[in-house]
Amino acid sequence: MGAQAAVSADMLRIDPALETERIITGIRNAVFQQLRRKGAVIGVSGGIDSSTVAFLCARALGPERVQILFTPEADSSPDSLRLGRLVAESLKMRPAVEDITPILQGARCYERRDDAVRLVVPEYGPGCKFKIVLPNLLDPSQYSLFSVVVQLPGGETRKVRLTPAAYLGIVAATNFKQRARKMMEYHYADLLHFAVAGTPNLLEYDQGFFVKNGDGAADFKPIAHLYKSQVYQLAEYLGVPEEIRRRPPTTDTYSLEQSQEEFYFTVSLEKMDLCLYGKNHGISAADLAPAAGMEAEQVERMYGMIEAKRKVARYLHACLLVVP
Amino acid sequence: MQTTPISQQVRAFVVENYLFGRDEGLGDEDSFLEAGVIDSTGVLELVAFLEERFGVKVANDELITDNLDSIQKVTAYLQSKLEAAPVMQERSR
Repeated sequence: MGAQAAVSADMLRIDPALETERIITGIRNAVFQQLRRKGAVIGVSGGIDSSTVAFLCARALGPERVQILFTPEADSSPDSLRLGRLVAESLKMRPAVEDITPILQGARCYERRDDAVRLVVPEYGPGCKFKIVLPNLLDPSQYSLFSVVVQLPGGETRKVRLTPAAYLGIVAATNFKQRARKMMEYHYADLLHFAVAGTPNLLEYDQGFFVKNGDGAADFKPIAHLYKSQVYQLAEYLGVPEEIRRRPPTTDTYSLEQSQEEFYFTVSLEKMDLCLYGKNHGISAADLAPAAGMEAEQVERMYGMIEAKRKVARYLHACLLVVP
Repeated sequence: MQTTPISQQVRAFVVENYLFGRDEGLGDEDSFLEAGVIDSTGVLELVAFLEERFGVKVANDELITDNLDSIQKVTAYLQSKLEAAPVMQERSR
């Protein structure tokens, strides 16, 4: 079989029944045998990844051994909680709801973040919404740098390239959200003698699209080996509600809705999935390009970006260094 | 007053900020990206350095590797910007 003929989106097809069996065996082994815990806590955002993990854990451990947790805050989309409840209803579970807004206010998360935004948009204030975005670039020679998009109370939007201080200030402040969520998940884990399930997919895990000691923290990660499109296949097989499967992925971190492409991957998740697969399997950019609907040099650029993000992610994945 | 050549100022910034003061043999023509010296946050810092220290405005379409991916490229880019806008003088620190 020629390698070139096999290069298509079908490379990412999985046998969802087989994969489900493999994962639930792994979850049982991790929770009961290795971690010696009675069940699992999952922070459910209403997105595809956390919903799929909830369904997998319910199958593996039984719904009574799974505690799902919603942690809305002031900037959360109401859809997140509504879709989370849909997961709970589908699995006949009683979710816990913890509004983390007061924790974030106590840490001055919103205040610190707003101060950082005002470094580049001084008129930012009450009634404004914002997000940070990357340009959708596939020009191999162009850097993609973060900008802030502010929507003023009248609806007018302004887009300004971020300075290092503003960028780091916004990220450092908003990372409180993921860390507060994880703190709450571990509270329930302690309360119930459960383990915490992490919900990153392979793209996020590999490329470091998580907050260290925030959503990156967990006791086991049952879908971190699956490409995003494989998570969708699994979700369909498991019966994750269609509305969740059709919802465009979002970070649900900023007051203006922000897609994951805007924040991290710069191209669609389907293309990113294929590029990561191609890079991991030694497929040349020229061979992958037609399957991804991209030019070969764009794929080459993505391969370079994947490698660059892996370098940045090393810090996120690093184990504790005991020195000297 | 003797002015430090632009290339030396760029090198000093790169060594101080990305190599933590250790030169590690980075050549003037070495690619920052290929050497793993600089990431996207680093590019933001480099752009801020150029704008603040030299009073130039780096346009979005100038954020390209041809302008910013080595000490030599940054120096050449900066010189062309300063020649194009001679009223913008190097700012004293």
